Amino acid sequence: MKFTLSWLKEHLDTTATLDQICEGLIGVGLEVEEVSDRTQELAAFKVAYVLEAEKHPNADKLRLCKVETDTGVIQVVCGAPNARAGMKAIIALPGAVIPATKIALEKGSIRGQESQGMMCSERELLLSEEHDGIIDVQGDWPVGTPAVKALGLDDPMIYIKVTANRPDALGIHGLARDLAAKGLGTLKPLNTAPVKGIFKSPINVAVDEKSSCALFVGRYFKGVKNGPSPAWLQARLKSIGLRPISTLVDITNYITFTYGRPLHVFDADKVHGHISARLAKTGESLLALDGKTYTLTDQMTVIADDRAAEGIAGIMGGEASGCSDTTTNVFLEAAYFDPQATAATGRKLGIISDARYRFERGVDPAFTQTGAEIATRLILELCGGEASELVIAGALPDTARSFTLRKTRVKSLGGVDIRWTDQLRILRDLGFMVSEDGVANVPSWRPDVKGEADLVEEICRIYGLENIQNAPMSRPHDIARPVLNPLQKRMLAARRTLATRGFNEAVTWAFLPEAHAKLFGGGLNELKLSNAISSELTDMRPSLLPNLIAAAGRNVARGFADLMLAEVGHAYAGDKATDETLRAGGIRRGAAVSRNVQGGKRDADVFDVKADVLNVLEACGLAVASLQVVSGAPAWFHPGRSGTIQMGPQNKLAYFGEIHPRVLQAMDVKGPLVAFEIILNRLPASKAKSNARAALNFSDLMPLSRDFAFVVDDKVQAAELVKAVKGVDKVLIADVNVFDLYKLEGGKTSLAVEVTLQPKDKTFTDADIEAISAKIVATAAKAVGAMLRT
Amino acid sequence: MTDQTSLDALEQELLAQVSAAADEAGVEAIRVSALGKKGVISERMAALGKMAPDERKAAGAALNILKDKVTEALSAKKSVFAEAALEARLVSEKIDVTLPVRPQSAGTIHPVSQVWEEVVQIFGDLGFSVAEGPHIEDDFHNFDALNMPADHPARQEHDTFYFNEKPDGSRMVLRTHTSPVQIRTMLSQKPPIRIIAPGRTFRSDSDMTHTPMFNQVEALVIDETTHMGNLKWILEEFCKAFFEVDDVKMRFRASHFPFTEPSMEVDINYSREGGQLKIGTGDKWLEILGSGMVHPNVIRAGGLDPDKYQGFAFGMGIDRIAMLKYGIPDLRAFFESDLRWLRHYGFRSLQVPTLAGGLS
Repeated sequence: MKFTLSWLKEHLDTTATLDQICEGLIGVGLEVEEVSDRTQELAAFKVAYVLEAEKHPNADKLRLCKVETDTGVIQVVCGAPNARAGMKAIIALPGAVIPATKIALEKGSIRGQESQGMMCSERELLLSEEHDGIIDVQGDWPVGTPAVKALGLDDPMIYIKVTANRPDALGIHGLARDLAAKGLGTLKPLNTAPVKGIFKSPINVAVDEKSSCALFVGRYFKGVKNGPSPAWLQARLKSIGLRPISTLVDITNYITFTYGRPLHVFDADKVHGHISARLAKTGESLLALDGKTYTLTDQMTVIADDRAAEGIAGIMGGEASGCSDTTTNVFLEAAYFDPQATAATGRKLGIISDARYRFERGVDPAFTQTGAEIATRLILELCGGEASELVIAGALPDTARSFTLRKTRVKSLGGVDIRWTDQLRILRDLGFMVSEDGVANVPSWRPDVKGEADLVEEICRIYGLENIQNAPMSRPHDIARPVLNPLQKRMLAARRTLATRGFNEAVTWAFLPEAHAKLFGGGLNELKLSNAISSELTDMRPSLLPNLIAAAGRNVARGFADLMLAEVGHAYAGDKATDETLRAGGIRRGAAVSRNVQGGKRDADVFDVKADVLNVLEACGLAVASLQVVSGAPAWFHPGRSGTIQMGPQNKLAYFGEIHPRVLQAMDVKGPLVAFEIILNRLPASKAKSNARAALNFSDLMPLSRDFAFVVDDKVQAAELVKAVKGVDKVLIADVNVFDLYKLEGGKTSLAVEVTLQPKDKTFTDADIEAISAKIVATAAKAVGAMLRT
Repeated sequence: MTDQTSLDALEQELLAQVSAAADEAGVEAIRVSALGKKGVISERMAALGKMAPDERKAAGAALNILKDKVTEALSAKKSVFAEAALEARLVSEKIDVTLPVRPQSAGTIHPVSQVWEEVVQIFGDLGFSVAEGPHIEDDFHNFDALNMPADHPARQEHDTFYFNEKPDGSRMVLRTHTSPVQIRTMLSQKPPIRIIAPGRTFRSDSDMTHTPMFNQVEALVIDETTHMGNLKWILEEFCKAFFEVDDVKMRFRASHFPFTEPSMEVDINYSREGGQLKIGTGDKWLEILGSGMVHPNVIRAGGLDPDKYQGFAFGMGIDRIAMLKYGIPDLRAFFESDLRWLRHYGFRSLQVPTLAGGLS
């Protein structure tokens, strides 16, 4: 919403400065986006009189002018073709900063002649693109008059952002009302007196009940003269960026912005028969004033004559019956349209107009007829002619409602003590009819007020939110108690653990391209956006990995080939709340240890990501030793180089391994690349019931270790052998560690394990060790067919 | 006396030999020749047995003195060689310590995560717990219950991401704000309620300053007495604690949100010095959050009686306050996973924000 200071002052009797007005607007909730005041910027530019304009002795296209300024007569070299003796121009003297170039003017010499100033074009002052000549100042301005005054630029423009609940602030009169309530002046009364019609309108109006139109007020004017509107009206519209069109149209625009009341004028001679508001017929089309043809549906309301639709109700008029310079008979429409219906039609047709903007937020229905009367006076004044009696169809919608403001409520909800009489005064200034005990009747222009809380808001915003004292909140506990739940703590533990292991945490999109979703088990219809903004972001991610892998690809393309990226976030298995799981995922690509003088370069492999998983699980409080590690993982992993960590086949906690080469190829990311993903929701709750640790129980006797080199079939997994060996004696065998592996011929593998034996009560004798070693060998043979290597 | 004379001579001879020994092996050879089984001292020791008791006592004592002296000399000489050998080894073992260490990747925490923890620290101190809700929401929680019925103009301005329509005509949305968590919390907890709800939110908007996904934090207080004075207080205290400044100026502007009444937007003062934005100084205003008293319709939708319960809610962008606090210029880069950005703007793995240790 744009307006100018002087326009506002037509409705607000005030001595407030521009700054005070802006502060006031911001305070009452009308955010000032922009103030355009050129007074400061153009202070150095003044009206000057050209006494002489002779040809420059050394240049054909230049003129040597004698110019009278408020500081004396100076010589100016000027190249403008319109520079001539007797004109008034805008002069800039040395030191003035030219707005177009931001450069300070200096005295100069042009082709041997001194130039002591510059006469400006509109472009140099940023008034327009006009640069063919200098400004030819019109009017009887004495030399030395500030340029802003002579050019009508001394009226600051204010642009405010109006929230959707305040249609009353989409007219200058409504703004003045708020500012008056705020104490920044007095609201000037409106002249709402009806104009008596002197004939019956030859055009009648009707309203279909199913249409969006509740009330239609019309009036016929005959013998008007249309054409360019007077300078004051053109200046008003131009000051807020509107293009003057013709007097009749300019009057409707003027009333739209002054009172928030859109109107429409038909060229009555182009109207066939009578006018009605009715639902459009499906397929009916209309050429609107914006030059576009719209096809309508039977949900939309049109203003039609007996022949065809002539306008889209509350949104835009039609081209066919629009006014032109030759219009002599006019039909004025002032109607009230339902906000929701108008909004729906406007959205479907994609039309943005000042009328729609206001009707869909809710114009004041009670102002419908008043608007027509104000327009009537302006039309008669500016276009002449005669006005008919009003023709009215439909009825004023009943918006009457009242709410009771309890005397304690501003204090209890707003937290501020305001004298009751002041509370009543504020509401009355805003147009509420309020009884002494707080029963407030809501004015017709405030569709947003729907309860007591709204009354509290009105009082607080006018009183000033800055006047509400800060009040400390209570502390539920003198010393704060923990607030995080176990999953939240695990989220933090996972994140910090991964960062400690060297991962750079990323936050990637929750969505991804459909193709990537499908590679990772996603692509469900219920997880597709119906209005994705790009083909790269169409599906919700089924896993954290695809976006991390894509990110790896982008980093590799930038020359960063060794990377560790992790993310802790959600993935989606469906559209129900329980389908969202919190996960910790990570990828490693390239060197785990890069080339270095100490030697030992190696690439990241499956056991790095397996360690990542185990570390995170441990940080989350799980007893890692009791978890099962089985080979195989979902299809996006390498079938032979991947594993699953589970608590049983029904509870898979995490996957790790190399990403399948086909997946990487499809994503155009160079591998190999290892990854893991932990589903944090699935981790079991901690079983610890108390903070106290179990008693520490250890033996004072030295542990000893024995190595066994077994030969097993290739298909035997190391974990099976380890499990078997551990099972030999759960008390004495403290640890079993595979420390060597190599493939033998004939489908066999050599696995070397170190067994740590921990004596409990007495040191082992040779016989004890022999016995347990024999048992280990026998058990390994029985369990996995392991033979001791000879 | 003769014996003593010969012992003195032997002592001088042996000590001279020790002193002249060239290396550790030489010392050992002298030890063997003097103290070995057939050594000169050992032989004299063996000869003691043939002596008369008186004679033996005197000669034995003298021999023992000699033996001790020689042993000591040998040991001293040996340590000299050991010291020298060690010195030589140390010299030979010199390395260039300016060589780099074994490479190790230094991990980082994303600013969004870091600020999540900072915000939780601050509000946790006042008893706010962390509530969460699904990202894929229904119309009821994202709009209807928040006083935004289907035809509400504000609902149109939300740039909502929709999912495909279901057979029954309903369609899920990606939550456009964290406010649905207000409803879920009220429906599942009894007042007094104090929660914050940080998390991802989504709007179909993408330009220089908007990304289709961003992070918000919502706060909700519901009890029987909390009012706007409390709201202003907590916002100011939060800003001071979060931005780690002694004082901030805040501007509270009346505004409009469907889910609060009264509503206010909040600006914070800042200055720009040498390209750096400084919160809490200067006289420029920056909008940082929207807030208000929970609308009676929202309280009702949460299953509570608005005549009995009231409270406030506010929401702000986690990304945005992270940008302001840490001078991060571009929102879009938050989600691009550029290693250079992650390493530059990320936080050290053990740089955990706490109230006791400081938030940054």
